[in-house]
Amino acid sequence: MSPLDDTASRLAARSARDIRFDLKLIADMVEPGSRVLDVGCGDGALLEVLTREKGVDGRGIELSMDGVHQCVARGLSVIQGDAETDLKDYPAGAFDYVILSQTLQAMREPRAVLGHLARIGRRAIVSVPNFGYWRIRLQLLTRGRMPVTKNLGYQWYETPNIHLCTIADFVELVRDMGLRVERSVIVNRAGRITGSDHGWLANLMGEQGVFLVRGD
Amino acid sequence: MADPTAEAVPFPGHRVTLGADRPMRLDSGAELGPFEVAYQTYGTLNEDRSNAVLVCHALTGDHFVLDRHPVTGKSGWWEMMVGPGKPVDTDRYFVICSNVIGGCMGSTGPKETDPATGQPYGLNFPVITIGDMVRAQKLLVEHLGIDQLFCVIGGSMGGMQVLQWAVAYPESVFAAVPIATAARHSAQNIAFHEVGRQAIMADPEWCGGGYLLEDRRPRAGLAVARMAAHITYLSEPALHRKFGRNLQNRQSVTYGFDADFQVESYLRHQGITFVERFDANSYLYITRAMDYFDLAADHGGVLANAFRPQGKTTPVRFCLASFSSDWLFPTSESRAVVHALNAVAANVSFVEVRTDKGHDAFLLDEPELHQVIRGFLDGCAEHRGLARRRAP
Repeated sequence: MSPLDDTASRLAARSARDIRFDLKLIADMVEPGSRVLDVGCGDGALLEVLTREKGVDGRGIELSMDGVHQCVARGLSVIQGDAETDLKDYPAGAFDYVILSQTLQAMREPRAVLGHLARIGRRAIVSVPNFGYWRIRLQLLTRGRMPVTKNLGYQWYETPNIHLCTIADFVELVRDMGLRVERSVIVNRAGRITGSDHGWLANLMGEQGVFLVRGD
Repeated sequence: MADPTAEAVPFPGHRVTLGADRPMRLDSGAELGPFEVAYQTYGTLNEDRSNAVLVCHALTGDHFVLDRHPVTGKSGWWEMMVGPGKPVDTDRYFVICSNVIGGCMGSTGPKETDPATGQPYGLNFPVITIGDMVRAQKLLVEHLGIDQLFCVIGGSMGGMQVLQWAVAYPESVFAAVPIATAARHSAQNIAFHEVGRQAIMADPEWCGGGYLLEDRRPRAGLAVARMAAHITYLSEPALHRKFGRNLQNRQSVTYGFDADFQVESYLRHQGITFVERFDANSYLYITRAMDYFDLAADHGGVLANAFRPQGKTTPVRFCLASFSSDWLFPTSESRAVVHALNAVAANVSFVEVRTDKGHDAFLLDEPELHQVIRGFLDGCAEHRGLARRRAP
């Protein structure tokens, strides 16, 4: 098999069915043919689906070298970089969507990062794990120990998630920054959508939330 | 590609006279023309002339990308990157590489004959810049009937030319791959070049630049220049791994100034072999061209503006690569270019390849680098609508 055939088969192998559930929810929020920046794009799974199936003009930033290598080697436009230092370089309104998936809670300055997302993109798509999820509340209440769940599987001393929040916290930050949640999708443990409302029940029942945020 | 107007030369490749109708205006204000450009091509130009890749060589490189070198007999300098089935696949792309002007492997440079005097140019050759080298390449590419290059690729000084191409002729470049390079030559790099030049000029055999007329050669000076420069192409870990403090064919130090250490012997060998293939004045001119390189300077000191032709984001797709152990063109230099490209929301990929081989890694067997460039070019070829690799 020639190296090109190999690339082709790898590219063909991945479709929307194969990617992580929350990434698929994000993909559903993106209009075809738009310009997308995926911040923390990992191995490029989402970018690849967006490029192949929605014809977007996609770019990515990824911190890990392995991720960057995989992305560029499969033909995606990705740079090695750190969202907290590199986002400031991008001009306002450069993209239709800026995506930050499951990473906001690991940022040193989540508020500043969210501000950059909303500045660079006409819309930001942000997914966050919900620390108000009932199982987490229950663990803390009953065991008096920092919760460790399937979704947030780290011990307190090793977790990269230094700024965890609840759905209610996130929504309040968005409002506080003068931004607006245009759409939200709340997902439960089984990976099923429990609703699009982000009120108190969602904050209890949702394991994560995906938010379409805009800045007007 | 057979070029009927090209002149046959004693070694592989072609040579063409350019700037005959109108001399080329150089950045210094001087004019050069007519002048010769020696070049080599590999692969086949497709019908709509959309599959051409220009390879830009580094300071002491030449256009023998895949040919056995006519002087040293060594194999082509970028056989790792270019060739059938390689990332720059000659079964798919039409590859062009030309010797830079100011060089000494067939293109017009200080050792060639000045038509005005009938004698070698020597120091009468005008000072050239990276911009001038690229200007000459553009004339060559036009001469070959190519409006837009699919890709311009090169490392080190070759990478400077790639950046210059993308900035000077954004509509003529589809994809740009600058490797282990910078948008400007740093003070430290200028300093190293100055050491090399002083070594050459301090050699009495240099004869004020007129050594060819006197039938002499500043071999010692040029060898020292090469030795000093060669250290900057490696890294401390690589030197240590290769040589350590090992002694050269002896059991103990000799308490003298022979090459006791293997690393000394290696450097002396590098120096001695270099002078057989390279012209000292060319070394002065080309190092000077690198020193003068500063892309931002022509754009109000703001690098991002260089990538915003007529106020619009550059259409060129970029893939930059740097090497973790390269201290001559460190990753921070590539990152500065990436930041400028981000500032105009250009299409850019960037990887730092982990290696201990230093700056020279771009010439060596670095699978990560080759995998990344292959992937980038495949993706670009798809966007450009180039056919897949021909069936063998």
